[in-house]
Amino acid sequence: MQAALRPNADPPTIGALFAGFFSIGICGFGGVLPWARRMIVEQRRWLTAAEFTDLLALCQFLPGPNIINLSVALGSRFRGPRGALAAFFGLMSAPMVIILLLGVLYERYSGLPGVRPMFAGLAAAASGLVLSTALKIAAPLRHNLRDVLLAVGSWAVIVLLHVPLIPAMLVLAPLGILLAARAHR
Amino acid sequence: MSELPALAWLYAQLSLVAVGGGNTILPEMQRQVVNVHGWMTGQEFAALYALAQAAPGPNMLVSALVGWRVAGLPGALVATGSLCAPSSLLSYVVSGAWFRFRDARWRRVVQAGLTPVTVGLVMAGATMLTEATSVDWRFAALTAAATLVLTLTRLSPLVVLAGGAALGASGLL
Repeated sequence: MQAALRPNADPPTIGALFAGFFSIGICGFGGVLPWARRMIVEQRRWLTAAEFTDLLALCQFLPGPNIINLSVALGSRFRGPRGALAAFFGLMSAPMVIILLLGVLYERYSGLPGVRPMFAGLAAAASGLVLSTALKIAAPLRHNLRDVLLAVGSWAVIVLLHVPLIPAMLVLAPLGILLAARAHR
Repeated sequence: MSELPALAWLYAQLSLVAVGGGNTILPEMQRQVVNVHGWMTGQEFAALYALAQAAPGPNMLVSALVGWRVAGLPGALVATGSLCAPSSLLSYVVSGAWFRFRDARWRRVVQAGLTPVTVGLVMAGATMLTEATSVDWRFAALTAAATLVLTLTRLSPLVVLAGGAALGASGLL
């Protein structure tokens, strides 16, 4: 099993980077990361599982959508700037076309009598999707009072006090890091 | 056309504060798009966000739909490009040097400190979306049911989204 998952010796070509990330882009319903792992580690064997986890940690650490960071980091690692561009455009091209087609359909038909309630139902379900995402990432923090207070405080600053995100982050991020540093000492 | 610089500036800023993935910036995107710029209502923003959730690919492609709505195809490209470019450039520059400090203590401290903030911000986005989509108690109940199903079962989000759309279209709500 270990031997079977050893990465390929030759780095992927520009075309392979585009094709690999293109396949992630069209598969990734409801979250692309599981598909990314499957393609990169299991199917094309560009990275070992440990290398993938390490690269993913970086991409989660940096700001921006994780999967987009991953495409840029992996593309540049194998083929420099051209590899980064190939992976990025491979990932984004198909979803971009699909979402714009959906947008056109929405714009054309959202005025029709039966369509508006359909989108209201879809949107209410999507709110549930974000709520459950929030609950899932919040669950590991529930045993730590400091983390709970910081999460509730961050929520309140945005929702109750209506502070814009950037000034809020300029206070909340250093505060969180300071508290974590004291706890880790 | 005059909205293109505003789109570019908004999404470039959001790109660099999107810690912990894309959902962190949802409340700010909604606030800017609905309240500050008045490009659409909260309900419309929620519908576009739902559409982006139902489509394949990174769910932050809601930027493309917002851009499209505000300034057509150039708006879609400018908004999405501005959301991706700053963070991608940062990834490009940093990923080469990453292995040198991947075990560093400060990295773990920073990550531990940012996680609760991320949780609070994603929850804030969820709260604001729910406020917009709960047009009456029946839609609020649908959101509550979807939350429970998605939290407690392994049912695919696509099934739940399709179920919500079907319930809405059926006229039962």
